[in-house]
Formats: sequence, structure tokens, C-alpha cells
Amino acid sequence: MTPVAHRVVSRVQETADTWTLELESLDVRVRPRAGQFDMLYAFGVGEVPISTSGDHEGDGPLTHTIRAVGAVTRALCGLDAGAVVGVRGPFGTEWPLAQTAGGDLVIVAGGIGLAPLRPAVRHALARRDDYGSVSVLVGARTPQDLLFVSELEGWRARLDAEVDVTVDAAATGWHGRVGLVTTLIPGAVIDPANASALVCGPEVMMTFVVRALVDRGVPLDRIWVSMERNMRCAVGHCGHCQLGPTLICRDGAVFPAAAMTRLMEVREL
Amino acid sequence: METLDELIAHAPVFAGLGSEDLTLIAGCAQNVGFDDGELLFREGEPADTFYVVRRGRVSLELHTPERGGLVIDTIEPGEVVGWSWLFEPYVWHFDARAAGPLRAIAFDGACLRGKCDDDKELGYELMKRFAQVMIDRLQHARVRLLDVYGGVGVG
Repeated sequence: MTPVAHRVVSRVQETADTWTLELESLDVRVRPRAGQFDMLYAFGVGEVPISTSGDHEGDGPLTHTIRAVGAVTRALCGLDAGAVVGVRGPFGTEWPLAQTAGGDLVIVAGGIGLAPLRPAVRHALARRDDYGSVSVLVGARTPQDLLFVSELEGWRARLDAEVDVTVDAAATGWHGRVGLVTTLIPGAVIDPANASALVCGPEVMMTFVVRALVDRGVPLDRIWVSMERNMRCAVGHCGHCQLGPTLICRDGAVFPAAAMTRLMEVREL
Repeated sequence: METLDELIAHAPVFAGLGSEDLTLIAGCAQNVGFDDGELLFREGEPADTFYVVRRGRVSLELHTPERGGLVIDTIEPGEVVGWSWLFEPYVWHFDARAAGPLRAIAFDGACLRGKCDDDKELGYELMKRFAQVMIDRLQHARVRLLDVYGGVGVG
């Protein structure tokens, strides 16, 4: 429960309001696995849960991609190299990467949701022979809001993966797709019955994406989503992140979609 | 190489129509091509043609003095571009532009309207199919109004 001091080794601006921090531990700690999150503590301001967005293997720095939307995230995004942050973790469940091997894989990301999914994409592309087809479908508000653009272009350049991007609106001259991320699902090159899907983004987007995947024929029990709630303690004590019978920090944040779809549709939760 | 009749029969909006209807529709159709950036139609112009995309992508654009041109939707292969040819005052509400090299089937809307007036069953069938296209686009537009990626200011 005690934060471990980490030094910021680099800070990269991804979009107008999103930065990626690379952190080097000043003590021994466990690396987060793909899908897990750390609690990042901006000293004197507060603590927020941030998913890992980097490699979960090796001994490189911890990587977290943060959107500046409140006081703590703004403070974190403003840290220069050399600054120190506190890190607790890793917490939560992982993307079921071993479970998804053997069939086709669809990864659907919306907005900042690409950050928690990046380790899963890297994993699948690094172990390409473990999967059938690999499709990465990305939605964002505008082209300027797309994360990891150069890495996306690298994935797209591969001949053994399908990467499709859509945005909600764009200035004239944009040659890419405009529309909901769900519109990418019918065209994904997959054998739905043998496919698994990993989904991360705003809850309303995930609701529509799960429906579209099921309509396409992907079994509901082969779809996983990453949930976000107001996580404070990260160890299931405070109850801030309760969603019905589950505590997101303790039981998630990665859940089988079958366990979440009904809860996501209950307005009172 | 597919004939025009076959291409039309494979377009989702015409899927399942009888051969007589398809032949009748093909009588109002022709293959067309556009270069990258070329306009298919412009806002305010008479809506006398609609398209089914064969290869490429079409951007639907709106222009405002403050924000310039904005792509509000894209139309992909197999999808329909334009329904204003069906409804008075038969005027386009957006610009449609080829986002890259484009191949499409162009349909003479006035010709098809005339045939629908003569053959009410075909007219009703086409109206149902275009209503489906419109409702799909309306639903998507409504969801996008939510600005789901906008996020909320917490943390």
C-alpha cells in the first residue's frame, strides 16, 4: 500500500491533452502485466489509477499514458524528466492473452482506451504465429486525438495484421474513415466463431462494440472489456469503484464482457 | 468482369430484388469514376443522381465560415451515397467528395423516381430500403452526438 518512488525518465506528448510518461523505479517492484494498472501519486495533489501502456516484459521503464482531465492527471502530465512520483501496484486483472491464442483476435479501442490495449497489441504482434488473423480497430474523436500515431502506422504497414481507424469528425482533406468504431466490425477479417475480442474505451462505446461483435457472431464469452470507475484504494476496501456486486479495482479492471454488459446497462449503477 | 446488372444485384441496398426490378434499375444506372478530391455533388445543387460505392471512399462534408470544411461521415464500398433524390425539394444537403480514387455506380434519380411512380411495388420496396439506410445513419449520428471520447473531468 505504500507508494514506491519512481523517477520520470521521459515525457512524450501524444495529443493536445495526453502524455506518456516513462518511469524508472528507485526501488524493487513488480512490473504490471497487460491490462493491469498502477496507482500514480502526484505528491501533494493526489492519486489516480492508470493502466500500463508499455511492454509488460523486459526491464525497461514503466510506461503510462495519461489524459489530463482533472487536478491529479494534469499534475502528472506536467512532470518533467527527473521529477519523482509515487507508484503503487500493479493491481487488477490482465488481458487474457494466453486464453485468446489459437484463434483470431480483434482488438477494439476507443479514445484513450488504446493505451491499456497497446501492450496486448504488441504481445499479439510479437507472437504473431500464436494467432489466426489479428485486427486492431481504433476509434477517436478526431485525427488529432489518435494516440501512438507512428506506432499505429507501423502496425498498419505489416502484412500480417489489419489495422483500421475511424474518427467522429475530421477536417476536409482527411482521407480516412469517419463514423462510429462499430462500423469497422462488419468488415474485420475474422472467423467470428473462432475469434476473441478485447475492448477498451468509454463505457457507452464498449456497450455498442460488444453488441456489434455479438451481431457479427463473436461468442459473448470470448469478449473481454476493461472497465473504468472511480478507483481510490485499488485493493477493494473503500468501495468507490463498486459496480453492482463487483469492485472494479479488485475484480477487474479487465472483465469478461458477459459479466459486465447487463451491469453497464443499469442506469442506477 | 461483372456486368452492370450483376454489380447492382450485389449492392446490399438492392440485394434480393427480382431480375425484372434489377433490369429496370440498371436502365437508370452507369459506371462512373472520380479522381481523389473530385466532387460527386455539392450542397444546394439539384439532387438528381445517387451512387453506390464500388471501390474507394466518399467523404460527406459540411462547410461553415468558422470551421471551414468538415468531414461528417464517410461512405464505404457497397454503401449508398445520397437519398435527397427521393424527397422534395430534391436538393443536396452536403458535399460529397471522393477521398481517393473512386469507382461507383451512378443512378439517375429522376429516372428511377419516374419508374417508382409507375411501379408502386418497386417504389415501396426502394422506399423501405432507403429508409433503412437513413435510419442506420441517423442512429450513428445520434450516438456520435454523445461525444463518447470527450471524457469527463475527474482524476
